[in-house]
Amino acid sequence: MIDELKILYHHGKQYIPDPTKAVVPAPFRGRPVISDAQIDTAALVDLCPTGAIEASPAVSLDLGKCVFCGECALLFPDKIRFINDHRLASNERQRLIVKAGMDAPIVLNPELVRAEIRRVFGQSLKLRQISAAGDNSFEAELNACGNVNFDMGRYGIEFVASPRHADGVVITGPISENMAEATEICYRAVPNPKIVVLVGTDAISGGIFTGSRALNRSFLNKYPIDLYVPGNPPHPLTFIQGILDLTRKKFD
Amino acid sequence: MITSPKTSRATTVKNYQTILLEDVLVMSYQSFYEEVTAMMRDGESYHIVNYFAFQHRLVLKFICIIAIDSNQTLRVFSHELSLKQPLSSYSLPSISAEIYQFHIFEREIWENHGIYFENHPWLKPVRFAFDRANTMKVNDYPFYKIDSEELHEVGVGPIHAGVIEPGHFRFICNGEMVLHLEIQLGWQHRGVEKLYLEKTKLLQRTVLSESIAGDTAVGHACTFVMGIESNAGIKVDTELAIERTIGLELERVAMALFDLSNLNVGTAYQLASSVYGALRTPVINYFQAWCGNRFGKGLIRVGGTHYPLTAELQQRLKKLLYEVEWRSEEMSEKAFNLPSEQSRFEEIGKVTYRQMYLIGAVGQAAKAAGLKRDVRWSHPDITYQSLDFKPVTLSTGDVWARFLLRRLELLQSIGLIRQLLSIHSNISTRPKPRYDDTVNLTPNSLTISINEGWRGEICHTMVTGDEGELIRYKVKDPSLHNWLALALSLRDLEISDFPINNKSYNLSYCGFDL
Ligand code: SF4
Repeated sequence: MIDELKILYHHGKQYIPDPTKAVVPAPFRGRPVISDAQIDTAALVDLCPTGAIEASPAVSLDLGKCVFCGECALLFPDKIRFINDHRLASNERQRLIVKAGMDAPIVLNPELVRAEIRRVFGQSLKLRQISAAGDNSFEAELNACGNVNFDMGRYGIEFVASPRHADGVVITGPISENMAEATEICYRAVPNPKIVVLVGTDAISGGIFTGSRALNRSFLNKYPIDLYVPGNPPHPLTFIQGILDLTRKKFD
Repeated sequence: MITSPKTSRATTVKNYQTILLEDVLVMSYQSFYEEVTAMMRDGESYHIVNYFAFQHRLVLKFICIIAIDSNQTLRVFSHELSLKQPLSSYSLPSISAEIYQFHIFEREIWENHGIYFENHPWLKPVRFAFDRANTMKVNDYPFYKIDSEELHEVGVGPIHAGVIEPGHFRFICNGEMVLHLEIQLGWQHRGVEKLYLEKTKLLQRTVLSESIAGDTAVGHACTFVMGIESNAGIKVDTELAIERTIGLELERVAMALFDLSNLNVGTAYQLASSVYGALRTPVINYFQAWCGNRFGKGLIRVGGTHYPLTAELQQRLKKLLYEVEWRSEEMSEKAFNLPSEQSRFEEIGKVTYRQMYLIGAVGQAAKAAGLKRDVRWSHPDITYQSLDFKPVTLSTGDVWARFLLRRLELLQSIGLIRQLLSIHSNISTRPKPRYDDTVNLTPNSLTISINEGWRGEICHTMVTGDEGELIRYKVKDPSLHNWLALALSLRDLEISDFPINNKSYNLSYCGFDL
């Protein structure tokens, strides 16, 4: 007993008091900022391993395709910087594209948030996670969201075992052909209304697996996506912030 | 005629060595079969590292790599089949029938190329790769069946209750007792090996290596870059090699803490699961401070690094290790002496040394049963050679041994990182990574690169063509060998013991499925 108290004392307080105000320290690669500097844009575009960078009309970087290797910023530091702003999630795919000269937070489009999401999930949200060929770093970070540090359970947000008990699915991984059917069966087993959240670059665009013939991403064409959470893997705070913004943020 | 291993005509190489493909002697299948089986019958110091095939000119070319742990060398064998007749018309005597550790490799070759192996004890699909010759569908896997009125089957997955990767487990039970567990994988297959050929840029391939198994990003990335550097003749300085090794050991520390925490989730001992789990957080946050990613993605690059381990980072690392060491030990002293933990872990999920030897188990699973399989000791690179290191081995092969192994390896890795820091010269200018313009692979060559990831032996083998382009890239995660160990562990156990057994192995799904 005494030993345990001692251990507890040394363990201390682990939780982050307010995850919505927490800051991830540099050199965390969060939101990119692109300057108007003149550089060899062809070389920049060619460098990116996943084709996330486009040169025209102005240079832009698609966070839905970016695997956050950071190479563009390391080789073209005058052009691209990654700042430690971890709030990267949006419900609109277009909003994940950062353009030159833009230095504004990435936010949701309130128009696209279905009314029932706020009404039904504003106080409590149970999610069923589907790893559809996720590389296990994505899954580990989602697990971390519920650990003693991030503790998203404080908001009533939890992962549950059965899709029947869930309010939505959280998909990680580029969706392999071999998981395509199971993904769909699981989604269909979730009662309405329900949400779909894509976590990580692999889920959003295929990431480094784009073009692989082992994938089957047809699920994404069939069902509406409520939230995109970029990252490789996304930081737990990115996920928690995105979910909170979707389900309970008051938009002015 | 049985040839003794001593006179084997197979090519002998060292880990990370590049040779010309034509220097690998092509044998008849019969001599290959005889030499390999004779050699493997010789005992513990031989184990299979890799065995695969690829189409090359007019033949299907087979490469088989056997490690000789006692003298730090590898034997490379090759045999060929003509493509003039359909591959599905070939039938070869199975080596697995005699040397069981070949089983998964022959299955893979059969599934991917259609070559039949006679008398193979378990010829079933491995991962349902998109480009396989075998057309069976992932939902039609032929599970072992026992016809009996008393027995029932329990199927779990591919999607599991927790936030984990998919796999299907099929139990045949007598009441609560498991008679047999069969594990069907392949759900995570992303076509990794083909992508190495299709994504031709070095950076793409490096990022791909970091994504084979995200919990082993450093392990797979190191194995990739060390193979490329060997093939392209790039020498890296001692400091860079030391820093990579620190990365490998720190990944082991993070995952040992994860597993210690997770095993205590299994026993519902919340204090220990929280304490170990909370100690993992600063370790992965250290990776984040070092290279901007909590899993070390971005850290390992060909020929150099963007993230030298500066004096300040080294100081921080020393402090971190001190904290992790005393606080995890404070917890372990308690947890490992609790009768409730002991009774939950001891004698549960036992596998024997002999079973592990026969199935070719590697890494943690092997060491917990007394089988010394650790690349850091058997095929070390220059950095590990300079360290004082002996693998930890235990003998009981139960959940307890795998639990204890995590604790001991955690302490050992902390010690190794301290040794590494002490031989690091503190000069913090590292060469920048190389890109395609300065990296030329050797035409028609073969390179074997093996590292000890936290789960065990990772092997990447690359083969190049006339222009130095990759024509085959073979990835082997240690989980390829070890999933069968989990299945064996479950025999005669209650089905409710499955979760802690599974946690005690913590094998990779995506590393297996590729
Ligand atoms: S950080 Fe993103 S955009 Fe930049 S090179 Fe890497 S993948 Fe491309």
